[in-house]
Amino acid sequence: MATLSDFKTAEKSWWCPGCGDFGVLAALEKALVQVNANPATTAIIAGIGCSGKIGNYINSYNLHVTHGRTLPAAMGIKLANRTLTVLAVGGDGDAYAIGMGHFMHALRRNINITYLVMDNHVYGLTKGQTSPTSDMGFHTKTSPDGSIDEPVHPLMLAVAGGATFVAQGFSSWQPQLSRLIVQGITHPGFSLINVISPCVTYNRVNTYEWYKKTLVNLDEDPSYKSSQRAQVLARLEESDELVTGLIFQKPSRPYEELITGFSSGPLSEQVGPINQDLWDHILDQFE
Amino acid sequence: MLSWKIGGDQGEGIDSTGDILIHTANRLGYYIYGYKSFSSRIKGGHTNYKMIMANRPISATTQKTDILVALTPQTITLNSQEINGGIIVADQAYSPSLPQGTDAMLVSLALSQMAKEIGSPVMRNMIAAGASAALLGFPLEVIAQYVEKRFQFKAPSIIEANRRALHAGYQAMLQETARLPWLPSLESPHPGERVVMTGNDATCLGALAAGCRIMSGYPITPATDIMESLTKYFPMVGGAVLQMEDELASITCAIGAGFAGARAMTATSGPGLSLMQEAIGLASMTETPVVIVDTQRAGPSTGMPTKSEQSDLLALIYGGHGEGPRIVIAPSSVEETFEDAYEAFNLAEHFQAPVIIATDLSLALWQQSVERKAIDGPHIPIDRGEVYSSSEIGESASFQRYAFTADGISPRTLPGTAAGQFLATGVEHGVEGKVSEDPLNRSRMMDKRFKKIGGIHDLRPPIRHEGLRDAEVALLGIGSVTGINKEARILLEQSGLKTAVVWLRTLSPFPSSQCQDLLAKTRHIVVVEQNATGQISQLLKMANVFDSRYHSLTKYDGVPFFAEDVARFTQNLLTQLEVKH
Repeated sequence: MATLSDFKTAEKSWWCPGCGDFGVLAALEKALVQVNANPATTAIIAGIGCSGKIGNYINSYNLHVTHGRTLPAAMGIKLANRTLTVLAVGGDGDAYAIGMGHFMHALRRNINITYLVMDNHVYGLTKGQTSPTSDMGFHTKTSPDGSIDEPVHPLMLAVAGGATFVAQGFSSWQPQLSRLIVQGITHPGFSLINVISPCVTYNRVNTYEWYKKTLVNLDEDPSYKSSQRAQVLARLEESDELVTGLIFQKPSRPYEELITGFSSGPLSEQVGPINQDLWDHILDQFE
Repeated sequence: MLSWKIGGDQGEGIDSTGDILIHTANRLGYYIYGYKSFSSRIKGGHTNYKMIMANRPISATTQKTDILVALTPQTITLNSQEINGGIIVADQAYSPSLPQGTDAMLVSLALSQMAKEIGSPVMRNMIAAGASAALLGFPLEVIAQYVEKRFQFKAPSIIEANRRALHAGYQAMLQETARLPWLPSLESPHPGERVVMTGNDATCLGALAAGCRIMSGYPITPATDIMESLTKYFPMVGGAVLQMEDELASITCAIGAGFAGARAMTATSGPGLSLMQEAIGLASMTETPVVIVDTQRAGPSTGMPTKSEQSDLLALIYGGHGEGPRIVIAPSSVEETFEDAYEAFNLAEHFQAPVIIATDLSLALWQQSVERKAIDGPHIPIDRGEVYSSSEIGESASFQRYAFTADGISPRTLPGTAAGQFLATGVEHGVEGKVSEDPLNRSRMMDKRFKKIGGIHDLRPPIRHEGLRDAEVALLGIGSVTGINKEARILLEQSGLKTAVVWLRTLSPFPSSQCQDLLAKTRHIVVVEQNATGQISQLLKMANVFDSRYHSLTKYDGVPFFAEDVARFTQNLLTQLEVKH
């Protein structure tokens, strides 16, 4: 059984002191231990930005890709070896700006992977520009008079886009966040966990204090039904997505089980001389 | 050698008629070469399909057409100048006539009428197939057998209608041939165990034999066949073809699969290749195997999607930002496409690098006769490169995935291997994969990555040639141009000029010294390539190989070179050079 220390590396973090990403990393490690994952059979695919540095701080098989492309890479890894626990991790820019196309198609495809988006409503590593989740009127170096772009609503988009599992956590609320990650990993399909992970340097509006006052925990609301799509969308609309908990889940069968004839074992073990009879049969088609 | 061509509106079954004739000729023991001219639209627009048949291997199309089957009047107008003393088979329905000065015999058949009698105007092409077979002297049972095989899974009524159409066309032509003053004369066949395939077919078969089990792609002409064919084959072997949302996803998915130990590929053409450039850099930097096929077409931008070109070469080698190792290989025949396709997976895993197979539209799409034994999937070599199991990793606290080694190749581990965890990142990194901006480490990592691919020329001869020993002139090219050069060589030798054909198989890393050594004694070298800026010449110049003995011949109008063009250029060039002397 792996323990928390098995997932730690000796690297010293480059994140700013107080960054929400520390909480995401901690909750992720706890969740991996809880689902009985093993560093050697865990693959974490990270994007570009502050969040993307996570691969330096967690001991597993990590692939740090180009900006916005975590999901197709994670898809390739999962299909190549279904025995792995596969997580894609990125920020709000990676997910909802440059990687938006992949996000929408990952929702449609429902591969059995977990997507953790560390959402801080701002571009941090490039030192403070608007992000696709920045609120209208948010002041940054690229929006000095306030952002005039309607923010992306990732949770509603995900539910509308065909998601089978949608959750939102807050990096300060550790027990709930790690529980949501456990639920996401064990969900048999694509799971989105949008995590509010405040930027202490470039976002002085959406702060820890602000979120603590504003966020409503749906897991504590017995009247909320995460299986009722219409109710889910209405609640997200009303609350402007300022909620945490399991937002939406529906029965799911992962994509990889739907591919005709697809091998369930690791594909690295499938390389070898092709069967002569099969080969002859194929070549006969060219006569 | 005899050439037959059918033309009509796109969507009228021109391709399948050509396909039927070509397979019948192959079964009769002829070597064939198929060529089709088509446009980027689904229906309408003129299209044609040409078959060359002979009793020796043919590696390019020809200028001349001996038999033209014209389903529309436009077919005659567009192609009549190719017919010199040949036969034009036309449909009575449009009252065909020959343009002034056309030297051809017109055979008018009631194609539309017969189709109507059989019950469907769409049968016109099958009637034309039957008529063509009769004119070429093919036995009816051979073409009928092939048609039967081709339609075996169709409804019985469709099979029967096709059979009747074929027979009707055949009989109608037999009555005509009795009246014709002369008939096309066929050489005697040269039977053998041959199959008919395109470069794209060969790519699929190479990938299949090599154990490729993930193909992630996005449809694009002329690469789409690769996705479609693998969609047929992969369920038989447990693989998956993934139609992605774009080329960014296509290549990144393949890189992910390669990281996790699968043999994975993507296939595209120019526009897709441009989108993949950043991710190719990721594969170089993370030292992850991935195979990319670029079936080149005329660019830039959308260019001419259905026309062949060889203008991506510099983008394949140098495209993308920064400097990272890439292996670029270029097959010059259908057989070599099979060879390069399986070898690409070996090279990618051996060198832990992206491998790009550069084909071109002509090589990708035109059918050729291939010896069956040249496509020997079950007996290809397989090289997985250095992959450590957990017992080989050693005792160190963390695995040094990017350890400095003598040849620059660091053994890798696959996810799932205990104690082999590491970070693969596109950011510069140290031996354990963790981010590093240390200047000394940076220089050593850059050197290591380039050093490792230098070993490729020992594993794979980078240049091939024929007839070089006593040649006065060598024709140098890649891809489909090599086939044209081989046909040009036959013409030049007939006129008494000792000619060699040389083709580059590896473009990156560029085989500079191998080129220099091989061509050290050759008096004249003509670099033939289908692009505007002479990209192969530029590569030869960068490698300090291109000197005063070298001459460049380029073409970039979307139409392949004809062997006659290359031969004429070469003869004129040598005449001019002699005058100068």
